Amino acid sequence: MTRSVVRGLHAAALTGTLVLTSGAFAAENPIKLGVLEDQSGDFAAATIGKVHAIQLATDEINKAGGIMGRPLELVTYDTQSDNTRYQEFMRRVLQRDKVDVVFAGFSSASREAYRPIVDQFNGFAFYNNQYEGGVCDGHMIVTGAVPEQQFSTLIPYMMQTYGKKVYTLAADYNFGQISAEWVRKIVKENGGEMAGEEFIPLGVSQFSQSIQNIQKAKPDFVVTLLVGTAQASYYEQAASANVNLPMASSVNVGQGYEHKRFKPPSLKDMYVTTNYIEEIDSPKSKEFYAKFKAKFPSEPYVNQEAENSYLAVYLYKQMVERAKSTKRDEIRKVIAQGDVCMDAPEGKVCIDPKSQHMSHTIYLAKVGADHSISFPKVWEDIKPYWLGDAGCDLTKKDPMAQYTPSNPPPKP
Amino acid sequence: MDIATLAFSALYQFGDAFAFLVLSACGLAVIFGMMGVINLAHGEFIMCGAYVTAATVHAGLPLPLGILCGTLVAALVGVLVELLVIRHLYDRPLDTIVATWGLSLIATQGTLILVGSTMAGVGTPFGSFQVGAYSYSVYRIVLFLAALAVLGALYALFNWTRFGVLARATIQVPHMAAALGVDTRLIYSLTFACGAGLAGLAGGLYAPTMTLVPTMGATFIMEAFVTVVIGGADVFLGTAPAGGVLAVVKSAMTSWQGQLFGQIGLLIAVIIVVRVLPKGISGFVLRERT
Repeated sequence: MTRSVVRGLHAAALTGTLVLTSGAFAAENPIKLGVLEDQSGDFAAATIGKVHAIQLATDEINKAGGIMGRPLELVTYDTQSDNTRYQEFMRRVLQRDKVDVVFAGFSSASREAYRPIVDQFNGFAFYNNQYEGGVCDGHMIVTGAVPEQQFSTLIPYMMQTYGKKVYTLAADYNFGQISAEWVRKIVKENGGEMAGEEFIPLGVSQFSQSIQNIQKAKPDFVVTLLVGTAQASYYEQAASANVNLPMASSVNVGQGYEHKRFKPPSLKDMYVTTNYIEEIDSPKSKEFYAKFKAKFPSEPYVNQEAENSYLAVYLYKQMVERAKSTKRDEIRKVIAQGDVCMDAPEGKVCIDPKSQHMSHTIYLAKVGADHSISFPKVWEDIKPYWLGDAGCDLTKKDPMAQYTPSNPPPKP
Repeated sequence: MDIATLAFSALYQFGDAFAFLVLSACGLAVIFGMMGVINLAHGEFIMCGAYVTAATVHAGLPLPLGILCGTLVAALVGVLVELLVIRHLYDRPLDTIVATWGLSLIATQGTLILVGSTMAGVGTPFGSFQVGAYSYSVYRIVLFLAALAVLGALYALFNWTRFGVLARATIQVPHMAAALGVDTRLIYSLTFACGAGLAGLAGGLYAPTMTLVPTMGATFIMEAFVTVVIGGADVFLGTAPAGGVLAVVKSAMTSWQGQLFGQIGLLIAVIIVVRVLPKGISGFVLRERT
């Protein structure tokens, strides 16, 4: 391609943009949406799709006239899978870029790193990711699934199908530790026993000894709560050592699409509860997948967090339009009405006013020997009930804290 | 559980940890231990070897040939890096830190942009075998044997071949070697390429067992550096015993208290060895001899 042609294309692209902006949104200033997601580093494989999903939703909304006639403008930073970058960029988007809302975070460590900054500067953030649950903070909306949605469904199913001895292999940070606590609690409630537990530091990639520890404990199935690409090496190594135990997880497949990355049958008999993966065979899901692939043809996988991020943009649009304002207090008044719902690619979802978390359709995905996905069970409309039941009610009081089963909200 | 099963499992875990430490460290032992270049891009040479191996296996080559390709490509990249960057920094060892760190960032981000966030794995060959109650991966034994073979080959290369003698002479007293007619620039290049190739070999050997991502080199680098630091300057006399000592500590601690304590034990062992033997294990061994 010659220089002049390139220049011509540039010019065409520029005028195209100009026509669009001047035509549709002449007088209105944009609504700014900060996007802090990991586009490089250890978590990038699972999170680049979230940024793309936000871009997709933003383009659709802007093409259809924006939010209350105002265009949506993205302010995107690459947080590099690094917690301190989250803190820097969260300060930057809130103080310098003055965004109206921030979509931020993959790992729970990063969320807890930036959450105090959102609280301090009185910001408004969406965490579009499944996690260990328990964040009761009026400055946050969580669109991802939580343990009562993922584990209360998955663990009893696994115990009925395979037996009551459970081994947990979890990443050694707040997500893994608190999720393991949930697994312990649910196993106990269902009359099972923990055959063992091991916590793996992030970044560890060699699992020979852990594999042997599992074989020694002889569990009926293994709960794998491994995070990051280094830890995903476990599956290949366990398969080559012929561990041959069923696995259950709230994070695999739905985030890191391990069934696409590893050679079959290393993920055989992996069961995952997820609110979305691209294999879901419904018209809504297929439509979303087709739109995604049309815009990002080389996207390796459309995962759960991509869908959470996509629907979050539309939820935000709906709330702003109903509140007729981008102010957090006005938006929370809309949430308090309890009917902020939408038809998402996964099915119908609603925001729970007490916890500002979201109800989900939970799909049990099973990985076959050839790494094909089947769905033995689907739970519709599972509510994020735990926080509300435990005593968190954001419509009355905003403690800005994270709770766990062993550290519930204080009783009034 | 009988003694034989326990003994085998302890031996297997030791061999596994030993192979990982030695294979991660060999390339760095040449580049950092011998040549004194603090190569923070070591992990990226490993990643390069792993990616090339996986790509060639996907293209239809058998795994051993793929690993060979990975090794050679990493060595070639090593030659280029030496020519363009490292060559100009031999008398500024601290600057090599910045230069190689920059290279590692460029390599990681460049791979992410060009190849994408992940690459499909190739699957571990050879299957598994059973001893007592445990089943083990055959490939892990292959890795252990490969580590021994690499150590043997390095010993032979640096002690028995003309290149080895020239390389050691060049690195110990460069101007004297040059005065005797040795092309020291070429020797430096070849030695660096040898180190980079060894890193590529480690990547190729571990490629079937790991997630292939641009940041995969980072999981090797801590083990590689501590092994070389406590091993000292001699590639064979340093890396082999250092790998042995650390593997015993790491596998014992991991089997006793899990991965976290394995890592803690590893670092405590390193601190103790560096405190007691400031010149590393090979410095200690060589002083005893003379």
